[in-house]
Amino acid sequence: MKKLLAAFTLALSLGTFAYAAEPVKAPVAAEAQAVAAPAQATATATAAPMAAKAAVAAAPAEKKELKANPMVTIPIFLLIIGATMCVVVWSAKQTKSAADFYTAGGGITGTQNGWAIAGDYMSAASFLGISGIISLYGYDGFMYSVGWLVAYITVLLIVAEPCRNAGKFTLGDILSFRTEPRSVRAVAAISTVAVSTFYLTAQMVGAGKLMQLLIGIPYKTAVIGVGILMVGYVVFGGMTATTWVQIIKAGLLMTGAALLSVLVGLKSGMNPFQFFNDIATSPNVIEHVQKVVLKDPVAVAGFDYGQRFLEPGLFLKNPLDQISLGMALVLGTAGMPHILMRFFTVPTAQAARKSVIVAMFIIGFFYILTTLLGFGAAIHVTPQAVMNVDKGGNMAAMMLAQKMGGDIHPFLGDLLLAFLCAVAFATILAVVSGLVLAASAAIAHDIYVNVIKGGHADQHEQVKAARITSFVVGACGIVIGIAAEKQNVAHLVALAFAVAASGNLPVVVLSLFWKKFNTAGVVAGLVTGTIVSIALVMVSPNMTYPKKVAADAQKVVVALEKKQAEGAILTPKEMKELDKAKVDYEKNKDGKSILGLDKPLFTLKNPGVVSIPLGFIVAIIAALAFPSRRAEEMFDELYVRQNTGIGIAKAVDH
Amino acid sequence: MAEKQYNWSAIAKNPKFMELHRKKTTFLVGWWVFSTVFYFLLPIGAAYAPGLFKIKILGRINFGYIFALSQFFVSWGIAMYYAHVANKDFDRLTRELVDELK
Repeated sequence: MKKLLAAFTLALSLGTFAYAAEPVKAPVAAEAQAVAAPAQATATATAAPMAAKAAVAAAPAEKKELKANPMVTIPIFLLIIGATMCVVVWSAKQTKSAADFYTAGGGITGTQNGWAIAGDYMSAASFLGISGIISLYGYDGFMYSVGWLVAYITVLLIVAEPCRNAGKFTLGDILSFRTEPRSVRAVAAISTVAVSTFYLTAQMVGAGKLMQLLIGIPYKTAVIGVGILMVGYVVFGGMTATTWVQIIKAGLLMTGAALLSVLVGLKSGMNPFQFFNDIATSPNVIEHVQKVVLKDPVAVAGFDYGQRFLEPGLFLKNPLDQISLGMALVLGTAGMPHILMRFFTVPTAQAARKSVIVAMFIIGFFYILTTLLGFGAAIHVTPQAVMNVDKGGNMAAMMLAQKMGGDIHPFLGDLLLAFLCAVAFATILAVVSGLVLAASAAIAHDIYVNVIKGGHADQHEQVKAARITSFVVGACGIVIGIAAEKQNVAHLVALAFAVAASGNLPVVVLSLFWKKFNTAGVVAGLVTGTIVSIALVMVSPNMTYPKKVAADAQKVVVALEKKQAEGAILTPKEMKELDKAKVDYEKNKDGKSILGLDKPLFTLKNPGVVSIPLGFIVAIIAALAFPSRRAEEMFDELYVRQNTGIGIAKAVDH
Repeated sequence: MAEKQYNWSAIAKNPKFMELHRKKTTFLVGWWVFSTVFYFLLPIGAAYAPGLFKIKILGRINFGYIFALSQFFVSWGIAMYYAHVANKDFDRLTRELVDELK
């Protein structure tokens, strides 16, 4: 068995190297014209808007691309893949029992776990997405990032220590303590798999698109490559490897963000007042806020458009939607199965406490640095250049890296960009590995070992089941990732948090703290929270409504045709837009959303404000309607255990 | 490793445990509610009191920016304070309870 394992590891790493190496061919073939191009490309990208502004302010710059230099990027990628592979080989040797596989034998220290939580949590979306929103809309992006940290207060005060004291491997372990285990475990597993799948799909699609954009790997290859690495980490290394991949990633991400922030800070003389002055007086920011964000064709006299960038309301327009998202974050993070699972890897409640606090400092610093990067990109890259590469601003941090490094030396620009690409890649790997592990634990430990085998399985069989399940879950992740390439996945992250907040969190809290809670409550709460969240998102503005697409296309057609009728000659870019809009209109004018709707039934993007209270209420009503004497009698035991850790299974010393 | 049999309902009625439980509940619920209310003041304030958020406090740095930044420090503060109280009070009470049960 051991030899077989080693052979598999070898084959797998070779396979991944092959995948990682494959894209080298394409860029190398085109190297003749490309080798010096990347540095120039962005130099023109950043210079273009200024030049354009000086000459003819209205001339739209051609769409620019950001390309990393493969000669620098590929070696850094290989270095990271190689380092993580060493970790996998090392952890595979240590993974013998089910506890080793799911919780690294409980042998992770508080500080290590804190870094791993941060690595598990900070996704590429928050790094690239939030800095992008800040570079385009200023203050609102910063405000948006706050909830992601505040969420950890709930984790720290309410769930971390009780879960460490009362749990073993999964959410199902905590929920089935004083309830009818089979049905509760089955439902808990379904909810865990649902949350993980939503989150995983969003990450996989993001990974594919990002790698495609940054280093020109085809979408499918990128998804398969990420998928193979993720399966390799989890199947062979279990929790130990996943933990170390997350720690490495968190270290890389913080290094990258800190380095760039220092470079941004130096440009403003390390003076915060100067920095804010630079933002508010940047002519590019002023023009962007006036023309693109507020759409004032002529500047309103006396209005400080630069200062407006530092005030709320440019991006987040619906307060109820924001409150709804805030609720989903504050309660959902504490119900995320891959985060909960991290608390089983430490030996004591004290270590669990310490790990949340370490994680909070890392995550908090990270979001503050992200703000600096976002504002830095607004000053030095300019919102116009950021939008030229990606309308949503997702490339802002990457462009900033190339600009900041390139200002010192062109090679340094390529190096910094390559480093940040690698960081984004490591970030994706760390998050998806945690998700695959959480989903497989729910299937293998809850469904297979406890529901199907009734808890009778020896260690060898449990580990085997866990490995096979991880392999299958990972393979499904790859298939879903490829299938979802053209789908709208932006809502999936919000959906994952909403399900965790409305389904998982209410039943975890009620199980731990309410004596009368029981089987009926857990099942009803989980099912309601999950289904209501999914249903509300399916009829929300997150989905694509063809009639709306058609209406928007129609607007473009009307505007451009009016321009033409007035005698203006359209640029080639505008002609293309016109043709595309006409096609879009024809294609979509009679379409309906997936559920056959013309427009959203539920007007919020985030269902939390409705689904979270509903999850709590249904769980409470069901528990009261079907009282269980046994569940009440066992409450004392659970309550003493979760508060004190008495009777906790001692972690095995390594 | 045979697990020791505990009389759970007796422990639950132990005065030490009752004290631990009471102190913990007050602390945890109180600070959780405080942090949540403080957090939701941010989106609510930004939406309904934009005038307040625009007031410049230090140079071009306005109230909104300082308030959003304060969220980070308040969260860290609560976390540190909780760690302090938990290490000092809750862990001590738990240890005393466990020693008593030996």
